[in-house]
Amino acid sequence: MTDLPAPPLPRLARLRARFLAAPEPAKRVQFDRPLLPWLFLLPQLAVIVVFFYWPSVQAITSSFYIEDPFGFGSTFVGMENYGDALGSAEYRRIAGFTAFFTVMVTALALGLGLLLAVKADKVIRGRSAYRTALISVYAIAPPVAGLMGMMLFDQHIGPFVKLAGWFGWDMKVGLNYWDTAFAMIVVSVWKQVPYNFIFFLSGLQGIPAAVREAAVIDCKNGLRRFAGITLPLLAPTGFFLLIINITYALFDTFAVIDVMVKDKPANNPITLVYKVYLDGFRGNDIGGSSAQSVILMLVVLVLTLVQFRYLERRVHYG
Amino acid sequence: MASIEILNVSKTYPGSAARSVTGIDLTIRDGEFIVLVGPSGCGKSTLLRMVAGLEDISEGEVRIGDRRVNDVDPADRDIAMVFQNYALYPHMTVRENMAYGLKNRRTPAAEIEARVAEAARMLELGPYLDRKPRALSGGQRQRVAMGRAVVRQPAAFLFDEPLSNLDAKLRVSMRGEIRRLQRRLGTISIYVTHDQLEAMTLADRLVVLNAGRIEQVGAPLEIYHQPASTFVASFIGSPAMNLIDAELSGSQLRIGGAALPLDAPAPAQGPVTLGIRAEHLHRAASGLSFSVDFIEELGAQRLVHGHVEGQPLTLALPPDAPVADSMVIAPAPGALHFFDTASGQRLGAAAPAPRAKGVFA
Repeated sequence: MTDLPAPPLPRLARLRARFLAAPEPAKRVQFDRPLLPWLFLLPQLAVIVVFFYWPSVQAITSSFYIEDPFGFGSTFVGMENYGDALGSAEYRRIAGFTAFFTVMVTALALGLGLLLAVKADKVIRGRSAYRTALISVYAIAPPVAGLMGMMLFDQHIGPFVKLAGWFGWDMKVGLNYWDTAFAMIVVSVWKQVPYNFIFFLSGLQGIPAAVREAAVIDCKNGLRRFAGITLPLLAPTGFFLLIINITYALFDTFAVIDVMVKDKPANNPITLVYKVYLDGFRGNDIGGSSAQSVILMLVVLVLTLVQFRYLERRVHYG
Repeated sequence: MASIEILNVSKTYPGSAARSVTGIDLTIRDGEFIVLVGPSGCGKSTLLRMVAGLEDISEGEVRIGDRRVNDVDPADRDIAMVFQNYALYPHMTVRENMAYGLKNRRTPAAEIEARVAEAARMLELGPYLDRKPRALSGGQRQRVAMGRAVVRQPAAFLFDEPLSNLDAKLRVSMRGEIRRLQRRLGTISIYVTHDQLEAMTLADRLVVLNAGRIEQVGAPLEIYHQPASTFVASFIGSPAMNLIDAELSGSQLRIGGAALPLDAPAPAQGPVTLGIRAEHLHRAASGLSFSVDFIEELGAQRLVHGHVEGQPLTLALPPDAPVADSMVIAPAPGALHFFDTASGQRLGAAAPAPRAKGVFA
């Protein structure tokens, strides 16, 4: 008990040790035939292969070709599709907006979710009513949320437009670039807040009551206590949600954007994933669209790796 | 000189009609080690948490030093608390855990360092200062929790069942450590436990609680020898005091069909509950006929369980005492306690100070 702990093994060595370790005998006797566990895994594996790996491989392959618009043939062009995409000013502008949109949606959705969770955690009377009200938004399907958002921001009947009008803001969602961006961000955040709320709330309730009480005795200032004790103990939840929210903002806001900009004049903000759709399915440029989706895939992969590499170190798992 | 006064304090939880803690009066002098003991649900933790400020005080007043602290923030009450499950901050090292409360009080860094070093030396935590709590054993964690309280140099330590999570052997040694530390620092301590042995060994004064009320306050031996009620009699001491139905008539004590002469004037007449400690019964030439059911060998003594006139009774005999299936036993002189059959209150002048109100000395 007097010796200091051994320095942590390098990540790779730890991983290798985990794989090389002999399986525990108790687990090994579960299946006496080696085929059986694979049989159980098969349905799940089939779903992953059919809906994830196969399309991914398809996307990567077709990103190297220019396809005939009518599907009669395709020509190998190497990296040309990538060059076209990255060289286009429009693409770079959309990438810039996507970054802005992602940062705004993630920050606001996480911030509001945390704020609501902290407040709901303190409610004692009628707490289940509050929670149900806050969580129920999550049950709304994204296109419906987009539609509801569209109505809230409608030029003629939208209460938000009227509200903005009182403050002298002539809001024109669908016409004005930044007004549309504003509406898109608001609706996307609104849709994601309940999800974050659920996780933050359960994270807060995972903090032992005695630890909070010890902190109450040790620190008078509630904000300092939150920053010093609550937030670090919420970090695992926060880190998980950060990754989920970035992915949400990049991909799952598609339906919201679609409802907001479809059948509207041009010059509306869109994100990269929507451009992939536009070029591929509207413009029939399968090759270019595939190249864009591969770029997007790589960006998300790098982003996630960076987060795990640099951010997760500072996360304390209880 | 610090002191803690608890004046007629009651607690009613919202939504509940009955009080959880009722009319507690207690004055704690400087340097005293007070143990609140009672079965679970007796209100001992609630009382402690009201002193700490973690529960609102529904009625009455708590004073620490010369201040009424009912509405004072827990952080400003000048108390430190040690919790049952340690409540260490898992993301901080041992050093940071101990320093956190001081940092928030804007104690100079040099002073913090000196106090943490002193506490670490006292509690032998030196080698662990840069570890996180999860890398420590239960006993070490509890010592860190105590260190966190010690560095604050508060007016009072509050202990909420701090040893319940430890194994039996560690509990005994930590008990000694807590007592030694408290002696050395001379800080008021209020200690909550349901373990009567812990209560007996630690306390300067023992407060026995039952259903939210004080049953008895006194030095451990005083309570052991003069329990104020059948509740205290059965709760304090192991094995529990024998309590049997008896009847006083004239100068005779009747138990079922048997009778014993009294060596002191009877405090009452008629049916009573008779209390006798197991160690105050021994074999005799004449007395009660006792039939043995089974024997528990404890090494230092043997507990003989059996019955007299159909009522269960336990004897604590020396390990070499001969035991027969059926024997005649008698109580030691002056070892009989009488309690009211209805209220359970002690009968007779030997009862300690009245338990109604005021300061218990």
